[in-house]
Amino acid sequence: MSVLKTFVKGGIHPPDHKLSAGKPIQNLPLPKQITVLVSQHIGAPPKLLVKRGDQVKTGQLLAESGGFVSANTHSPATGKVAKIDSAMDSSGYRKPAILIDTEETDEWEEGILTDTVLDKNIQLNGGDIIQKIMEKGLVGLGGATFPSHVKLSVPKGKTAEYLVINGVECEPYLTADHALMMEKSDEIMVGIQILMKGVGVESAIIGIENNKQDAIEKLTRLAPAYKGISIQPLKTKYPQGGEKQLIKAILNREVPPGGLPIDVGAVVFNVGTVYASYEAVQKNKPLIERIVTVTGKSVKEPANFRVRIGTPSTAVLDAAGGLPEDTGKIISGGPMMGRAIPGTEIPITKGSSGLLILRNEEAKREKIIACIRCTKCVQVCPMYLEPYLLQTLSEKDLTDRMEQERILDCVECGSCSYICPSNRPLLDYIRLGKSKVTKIIRSRKK
Amino acid sequence: MKFLTVSPSPHVHGAASVKSLMYDVVIALLPALGISIYFFGVGALVVTSIAIASCVLFEYLIQKILLREEPSVSDGSAVVTGILLAFNVPANLPIWIIILGALVSIGVGKMTFGGLGNNPFNPALVGRVFLLISFPVQMTSWPVPKGFGTSYTDATTGATPLGIIKEGLLAGKELPELMSEVPGYLDLFVGYMKGSAGELSAMALLLGFGYMLYRKVITWHIPISIFLSVIVFSGIMWVVNPDQYLSPLFHLLTGGIMLGAIYMATDYVTSPMTTKGKWIYGIGIGILTIIIRIWGAYPEGISFAILIMNAFVPLINSYLKPRRFGKEASNG
Repeated sequence: MSVLKTFVKGGIHPPDHKLSAGKPIQNLPLPKQITVLVSQHIGAPPKLLVKRGDQVKTGQLLAESGGFVSANTHSPATGKVAKIDSAMDSSGYRKPAILIDTEETDEWEEGILTDTVLDKNIQLNGGDIIQKIMEKGLVGLGGATFPSHVKLSVPKGKTAEYLVINGVECEPYLTADHALMMEKSDEIMVGIQILMKGVGVESAIIGIENNKQDAIEKLTRLAPAYKGISIQPLKTKYPQGGEKQLIKAILNREVPPGGLPIDVGAVVFNVGTVYASYEAVQKNKPLIERIVTVTGKSVKEPANFRVRIGTPSTAVLDAAGGLPEDTGKIISGGPMMGRAIPGTEIPITKGSSGLLILRNEEAKREKIIACIRCTKCVQVCPMYLEPYLLQTLSEKDLTDRMEQERILDCVECGSCSYICPSNRPLLDYIRLGKSKVTKIIRSRKK
Repeated sequence: MKFLTVSPSPHVHGAASVKSLMYDVVIALLPALGISIYFFGVGALVVTSIAIASCVLFEYLIQKILLREEPSVSDGSAVVTGILLAFNVPANLPIWIIILGALVSIGVGKMTFGGLGNNPFNPALVGRVFLLISFPVQMTSWPVPKGFGTSYTDATTGATPLGIIKEGLLAGKELPELMSEVPGYLDLFVGYMKGSAGELSAMALLLGFGYMLYRKVITWHIPISIFLSVIVFSGIMWVVNPDQYLSPLFHLLTGGIMLGAIYMATDYVTSPMTTKGKWIYGIGIGILTIIIRIWGAYPEGISFAILIMNAFVPLINSYLKPRRFGKEASNG
């Protein structure tokens, strides 16, 4: 096995609490009604194709991509469109949504293969692969939900050298990617080859942290059978799953400020997206389900579920033993970068990697006291920024200085707020500052 | 419907708090306190407890009565200041002088600037230097280490090894003959010499350094950069003329370099924020200390060196920035 790598400067080691590690992926039964948000990705919202009363099949296109940086939305179930309405998403805002009354048995859209036979034979060429991935509504499943075909289309003047596969899952508690790597290892390997063909690169590297030793071993055993794929074990450290840190750890290259991984010759995909690519290309299956971890110290049975998009969170929580009495906070995603959701009705979307329950006492923030200038925030910042300074500048609304101190480089990993012994809300203020600076930069361009 | 907390990420927090960090510093200082009590007996204990009690009391009273705010003495920072002040004075210092020192440390050094986090100068050193200038006789009459036999009001006092050397050199003597008047290196390492209550034992102080590194209370940069610059600078002088200048090892083991470099220069509030800044700050302290020791009026200079470099910290912070991720990277 090769040497453990990691990014050297910055980062933290939160306790990993992987309570649902090693739990098999269970299929969650389809609820009576699902709420499919029309737009579940970063970029232009798609155009709605169905109306109230329409009968839809599983996998049927519900909303069509509204531009290049946009994605299709498909029906996760068979049934009747009950209503075109709005529903709250994890941001707390109401967004356009399609409510579908589901039928128990799936009637699949034509052309979708529902068998689980491993198909290693990649017939499509590079361009067709990108086309297929776009058609099937694939977006980054690590949480960023950036349309996948955009990342696959290497812009003119840039060259991709490596496909970097993100199997890091550095967020504490979450195990969805881990479970997928264990259960769908071969499909992931084929998926990687599909993406390699799509991007046009000869080598792919899968980064996996060493708290998932079984996944490292399993994929390393499979690798020789798949040309060009290697496994890079990584020393566990947060936020190694951030693409900038992952590229730094594996290739020792730094994505320039405001740049993309392609600027240093890399294209990064999460293992969940890789699996979805396999299904899209080999089985013609659109992105209508994903793996969701339900976890938390008070959760009765922490587990990994295969969930149809649109399923309300409450149905997923019930399957894991219900919402505990002393719940203080429900987080969509991990504890470091996930979003606290305001209600249990919020539906699962393409970007939902987990539901984390925090107890009342875990949900509270400690009292804020004065900065003692311990430099811990500077030490842990993986972007080599000075969070204490950015916070002060943001509090004083000094936007020019914030821009100079490169506030926009912040990846919002939260390491600074995590480590601060004075419990200062560093990231809260930095986010505020970032939005102000972004606004000013935008107005300058006009 | 349940009431759910909604707040921005991150949703979890690390275990370290200001309180835990301060008490880790206290724990790191315990071996040195133990050695001090072992050599100076009850005097060391009296001085240390009086200093702690008065620092905590003054901070409490100032916050409660003058500032009318919620007292925050439980964070432990006043306890650390108290211990460090005590460690920087002779173990037979009259009680009223210690109390005065604590008042200056906390009142002038810390609370006038707005309390924890806002003071530009190390509070314990502000108090120590105030006492040194105001009470030069009491502050330089060190008790002879006699273990528990040393009574608090012991009349037998003498100069520190650095003081003996300085006076000797000024009187025109040469180093080789003076070396016989000071303890050997092993005694210096263990701390068997005259000096301020807590600065003596390099052994105990280094033990605490290890503990603080293990607990990630501080990083190694400031102490190591001070040690290195002391070794290099005093080493050059020593190589040039070993009859006139002390060896780097003697410099490291005597006076307050260990205590200063490990516990005072690393004071969070008054030291730089970036790694580059820490290097510059540490090198500055090391060089200034040796300059004062060799050419200054005082035999020991680390307190002044740290205070002088404290004044440069805001400047260091605004000029020495970390290289930002992705900027001028080697990309290799």
